[in-house]
Amino acid sequence: MDDANVIELDGLTRHFGERTVLRDVSLTLGAGQTLAVLGRNGAGKSTLLRILATLLRPHAGSATLFGEPLPRQSWKVRGRVGLLGHEPLLYRDLSGRENLVYHARLHRVSLDRVEEVLAAVGMRERADDPVRSLSRGMVQRLTVARAVLHKPELLLLDEPRSNLDPAAGELVEPLIGRASGVTRVLTSHDPQAALAEADLVLALSGGRAAYVGTPSGLDPDTLRSLYA
Amino acid sequence: MRTASAILRKDLLVELRTLETIPSMWLLAVITYVIFHFGLNQDTVKGQLAAGVLTVTLLFAAMLAVNRLFVAEREQGGFDAFLLAPVDRTAMLYAKAGALFIFMVALELVAVPAFALLLDPPCLGHSLPALLLILLLADVAFAVIGTFVSAIAVHTRARDLIGPIIGLPLLLPALIATARGIGPLLVNGSSGSPSAKWLAVLALYDLINALLAIGLFDFLLEE
Repeated sequence: MDDANVIELDGLTRHFGERTVLRDVSLTLGAGQTLAVLGRNGAGKSTLLRILATLLRPHAGSATLFGEPLPRQSWKVRGRVGLLGHEPLLYRDLSGRENLVYHARLHRVSLDRVEEVLAAVGMRERADDPVRSLSRGMVQRLTVARAVLHKPELLLLDEPRSNLDPAAGELVEPLIGRASGVTRVLTSHDPQAALAEADLVLALSGGRAAYVGTPSGLDPDTLRSLYA
Repeated sequence: MRTASAILRKDLLVELRTLETIPSMWLLAVITYVIFHFGLNQDTVKGQLAAGVLTVTLLFAAMLAVNRLFVAEREQGGFDAFLLAPVDRTAMLYAKAGALFIFMVALELVAVPAFALLLDPPCLGHSLPALLLILLLADVAFAVIGTFVSAIAVHTRARDLIGPIIGLPLLLPALIATARGIGPLLVNGSSGSPSAKWLAVLALYDLINALLAIGLFDFLLEE
């Protein structure tokens, strides 16, 4: 394994019951690079992210993060990964600040960092409101704050800009965008936007890798067929 | 322990905000004593009958908390958030068992006076320290086994059924020891001292279950 590689997948396969959701996916992602995972709903994008987040086990093949094989050495890489998924992972009855303080305690992060990320996502004024009283966009901004709170080295971003208006999108850009300098895996229903950010593209179709390579190498027909 | 304390603090804060669990336990306990008061049609209950009424009611009220213990973790992504953190997974067991223990004590703060008021057992005041000692040991069993069972049940669709179906048989030895220990305290002329035998049984049961739960809990959080 090359030390500069953050992710190495070799023949990664995952089933849910009888259904194979990911089949024989292989790729390598270097530090600081961005992988865009494309595919229609149910293609296996979120499953891949959950495996990389150590929340799901691969059923065949291997997945290595920071040189550590999953799931055997998952405990070594937790804390180096930030997940921004479909669920905000925030308690609705607690305020944004209380949620972040809780996550800061889990990750042994100082409480100053909580204020720092709240300010970065523009949520300091509403930080003491219960999460259930916030708009979806505000919850998404808090979710971004939660995902980057512990300064992860790998960000797993599942539709990270959903529910964000353009202004909020710009606000979170330094935290989760290319400017963050963090290695990223991102999925998006907007393939052109994802391709613009990517160094490497994984196109999934029915759980199989229909294309792995640079964005420029992905021909328009393959891209169209992914969403057909 | 810092992680367990963070989870426990969060759980108590959520309960304080929602008041979903403890008031329901209070209500169930009080209603059950009212039903016993009229159903038994006696001015006072004593001995083993009184102990059984007290203990079984507490056990059923505890099941409400057991069923709700992990609901927020499952429905609001708490499990994933916890599993993403570089922490010892047993911290979740300590925190949830701690929360359940506190819920049980809060339940008893209302349920024991309600029991005294509605079913008027003899010598309750005189035997109160011994009664509380037995209840605290029983609470440990309820907390440990309840947490373990709740962690199993929350992954199933029928979690409201699975909790009691698995939990009640596992809690039967604790129920027997608690009721047998309390029975002699609630009779006329009670010495007010708890039976060492039943205290030892409860303490041993607590210890065995705590060790089993610590050994097995990690596997319950696995996918």
